Amino acid sequence: MQPRPLALKILDFASVIVLGIATYLALVFAPTEAVMGQVQRVFYFHIGTAWVGLLGFILAAAAGIAYLVTKDMRWDRFEVAAVEVSTVFFFITIVLGSIWARPAWNTWWTWDPRLTTAAITELIYIAYFMLRQGIDDPEKRARFGAVYTLLGGVSAPITFMVIRLFRSIHPIVIGAANGTQEKMNMTSDMRIAFFFGLFAFTVIFIDMMWHRIRLGALEEKVEQLKLTVSM
Amino acid sequence: MMANNSESKKKKVESGKRKAESLHPSFFKATLAIIQKDLSAEFRSFELISAMLVFSLLVIIIFNFALELDIKVRQSVTSGVLWTTFAFAGTLGLNRSMSVEKDRGCMDGLLLAPVDRSVIYFGKAISNLIFMLIVEGIVLPVYSVLYNVNLFRFDLLGVILLGSIGYAAVGTLLSTMSAQTRTREVLLPILLFPVAMPVLLASVKASNGLLAGADFTEVLTPINLLIVYDVIFIAIAFMVFDFVVEE
Repeated sequence: MQPRPLALKILDFASVIVLGIATYLALVFAPTEAVMGQVQRVFYFHIGTAWVGLLGFILAAAAGIAYLVTKDMRWDRFEVAAVEVSTVFFFITIVLGSIWARPAWNTWWTWDPRLTTAAITELIYIAYFMLRQGIDDPEKRARFGAVYTLLGGVSAPITFMVIRLFRSIHPIVIGAANGTQEKMNMTSDMRIAFFFGLFAFTVIFIDMMWHRIRLGALEEKVEQLKLTVSM
Repeated sequence: MMANNSESKKKKVESGKRKAESLHPSFFKATLAIIQKDLSAEFRSFELISAMLVFSLLVIIIFNFALELDIKVRQSVTSGVLWTTFAFAGTLGLNRSMSVEKDRGCMDGLLLAPVDRSVIYFGKAISNLIFMLIVEGIVLPVYSVLYNVNLFRFDLLGVILLGSIGYAAVGTLLSTMSAQTRTREVLLPILLFPVAMPVLLASVKASNGLLAGADFTEVLTPINLLIVYDVIFIAIAFMVFDFVVEE
């Protein structure tokens, strides 16, 4: 195993710093929202984690296609890393959303399109890990995993469109549609906290992906060593 | 002389074509052959259909007591009960139809056949669809009689057909995958339900509207989404099936 490359060390350090700044901006710097009060501060992290969660799932589907085309195991490691990191971030998004929803909507959960789609997407990727666990052959595991991320990546947006036929109460942050839903208006200080949150979580996401990919390479090595020992 | 010559040439070419055809049957013929194999195996034993059917009736009976299906509740939950039943019975059938191929080594035989791999997919998917439709064709009248609702309307049957197509399309692909894993039968519903969620939701939405007396045009959006899902997932399954059966 090679030692951590310098770029990764710097990225680790940067992740901690930007997380610290993002926390400061969200909790102290941003003004308190007039209607919702302090609980609205959860929103800066809610959006940040949701963004990297979605980013990871899109990257995973793309990596799945890349694997099926090239049959290069590096794409498989990339795909697993993306799904695993995103599943955790997406779970955090759902929890943070619930914390916000309890005072704002007076309920922890509602069957709104975004919430339902988030829950189903999360379940798709949990199923993905169960699928991988049930296959011993690494090559077959990679193939099936790629096919399943592709199916999941296509099915989730359609689920969203279908559930949207039912009513939605989720606020729209950017580009509110037709005035039926509540829109958030941000002051410039809020916008700074908001965009820095997005940036911070993107940095953290890249850092974790990198670590997970290296871990994947190690796992593969261990698997090979086990095979040679048992032979 | 010239005409004669070209005619004999034509004949030769034709007989050559026929030979090639018997070795490499057309896509359509090969698909039909697989469907025929599945159907004749099923109609000799009725293993799959009878299991799905009895299971469906049991689910309906359980729903009857779990939801207390009196006249008021019935109207709003009929489509939900029906689709839950079809989905559960569907997984039962999909699991069985793939594990039979796997257990007795039939899958290897099918893979050795000199046909395109997607023929196997379409053959299996269509026979799975036929099994689902047969079961639905028996469950619907039984439900109609038991609960005194008329389910035999062309628009409703159309929705059920579209929903079953989507469910069988994804289900066949995923059951081919799950049959090759360690956990097998347990895994299929876990893989299938979240991915097939749009089909179930759109079908329930459309059937609910129709049963509540809505006009066909009012439920066009979920029906359109069903068609979109069907087309996209049949296309994806067609493209990736090769990767799922590769050895």
